[in-house]
Amino acid sequence: MTTTQDLRSGPAERGRSGLHTDRDLSRARSRHGETAIRLLLRAAAGLSVLITAGIVVSLLVPAVGFFQQVSVVEFLTGTRWAPQFADPSFGVLPLLTATAWTTVIALAVAVPCGLGAAAYLAEYARPRVRRVLKPILELLAGVPTVVFGFFALSFVGPALRDWLGIDVGTFSILAAGLVMGVMIIPTVASLSEDAMSAVPNALREGSAALGSNRMQTTLRVVFPAALSGIVAAVVLGISRAIGETMIVAIAAGARPQMVTDPTMEGATMTGFIARMALGDSRVGSLEYDTLFAVGLLLFLLTFVVNLISIRLVRRFRQEY
Amino acid sequence: MTATSRPLVRTLPTGQRSRERSPGATLFLVLLWVSLLVAFATLVTLLVSTIVEAGDRLDSTLLTEYPSSRPEEAGARPAILGSLWVIGTTAVLAVPLGIAAAVHLEEFADRHSRFNRLLELNIQNLSAIPSIIYGMLAIGTLSLIGVQNKNIVIGGALALALLILPVIIISTREALRAVPREQREASLALGATELQTTWRVTLPAAVPGISTGTILALSRALGEAAPLLLLGALVFISFDPNGLLSGFTTMPIQIFGWTNSPQAGFRELAAAASVLLVVILLAMNALAIIIRNRSQRRW
Repeated sequence: MTTTQDLRSGPAERGRSGLHTDRDLSRARSRHGETAIRLLLRAAAGLSVLITAGIVVSLLVPAVGFFQQVSVVEFLTGTRWAPQFADPSFGVLPLLTATAWTTVIALAVAVPCGLGAAAYLAEYARPRVRRVLKPILELLAGVPTVVFGFFALSFVGPALRDWLGIDVGTFSILAAGLVMGVMIIPTVASLSEDAMSAVPNALREGSAALGSNRMQTTLRVVFPAALSGIVAAVVLGISRAIGETMIVAIAAGARPQMVTDPTMEGATMTGFIARMALGDSRVGSLEYDTLFAVGLLLFLLTFVVNLISIRLVRRFRQEY
Repeated sequence: MTATSRPLVRTLPTGQRSRERSPGATLFLVLLWVSLLVAFATLVTLLVSTIVEAGDRLDSTLLTEYPSSRPEEAGARPAILGSLWVIGTTAVLAVPLGIAAAVHLEEFADRHSRFNRLLELNIQNLSAIPSIIYGMLAIGTLSLIGVQNKNIVIGGALALALLILPVIIISTREALRAVPREQREASLALGATELQTTWRVTLPAAVPGISTGTILALSRALGEAAPLLLLGALVFISFDPNGLLSGFTTMPIQIFGWTNSPQAGFRELAAAASVLLVVILLAMNALAIIIRNRSQRRW
């Protein structure tokens, strides 16, 4: 739930508070101590640029070393991922297919459930009910992902096998994806509830005046009006699903293969990084650098997805 | 965030109500209930199944013993102490920095400058970057300053502090923004400087919001394992971590290590440690939610 808060603070919120209009008056007396503290505060804010630069440098330097030995084309189009073998191969597609599968399965759970929960909380629940339900939903976001992973491995996998008769092994993309979906529900629900609550009441009243019931109002008026916010919530959900590590590291398996069926096991990008980090490959070796090549790809993917999400939120923020 | 038109349709004449109860509308409402239920049922199932799996391992040896190759004797003492060390250090690093950055952005920065808008975009983006990337940043930074052994408390704290810094900045800004302008103007009118106003009026008024955000951020750091994996934190630790340069493991890492073991005894241990961790984290989250609900003051 914390990550969703950032998206609420778009430019439309600016200029409500702060001290700016009074600046000219207080400038009359300048104090050296205050100037120093202000510089410190500014430095703290500037640190975030340094963090981003640090991320890019610490990913890019080893990744460049990697791409000097492995062509980018081979990396992006190869279908065999075996960096640690005697006959190494560096095609990232197996990791990408596994990531795509877990992401799609997670969204298949998180989007309908998140939107349903949001619609209930924003359109149906009375204030008192909402005050109880919303915090409980938010508690779901407080469960650590290691525990979600363990739950997928020790409960959901066996339940799929024994109760539903789905032929999954100990590790499966399916169990990991389903649990990841539940993990993402609060993210989707919280953001899209904000978007739905931001829809002006006049629209609901107009719809009711035309004789629509609450379902019709929700589906045909509130949903379309809140659409950009809802899409932003889904996009943020995608970003979280791509980047989630511990659930897939524990429950999806470690064998990198082209995943064609969700009951298979597979290694995702993050799962690979986690497993690789546990191994004892020499720092600076080619197999060690693969970590950063995959990390760079992961960073670029989520970066693009995040920017889309931030853009969408800003747009829907300015509408009303 | 505003309350929507709940009373609206409820007060409509009874003829309208039947439309609310048409089969389609009822089915729709049931579907909405089901989607909420999925979340709640999973939370309950997760708690119950983990407690059942933990069985009789939920005892005091979990707290007092060191890890062992024999699951029935093993405990999570170094992991618990390691988590305390790492989270304490993370808080010391991230909280003052995050609040300082938020104060600058919210109270002093020129909102219209291009650089500051870029800064905001950057912070929003940082808050949604996968946590495992921060582990890579931490090992990059540590090798830059020439640290050989990366499994040290300060390294783990660095990774987690960078991870939660954007979250603290964003929630602190929200809290500062909620303090009404009149409070600041009154202080300035009495002759206080801008910094005095910030330090004595604005920040104290924003304390509940700031502490809510900080607790949530720290609980996220406490449950996070991915960045620490890269620092090689999955080591078998049989001593108490005792300083910033000490080797360490944390609760989530220890749980991850135990889930990897084939022996059933270790699965029980993993479940027992999970119960402990979940209880701590849910308590922290509940505390944050309570502070937030209590402090919703109308100015």
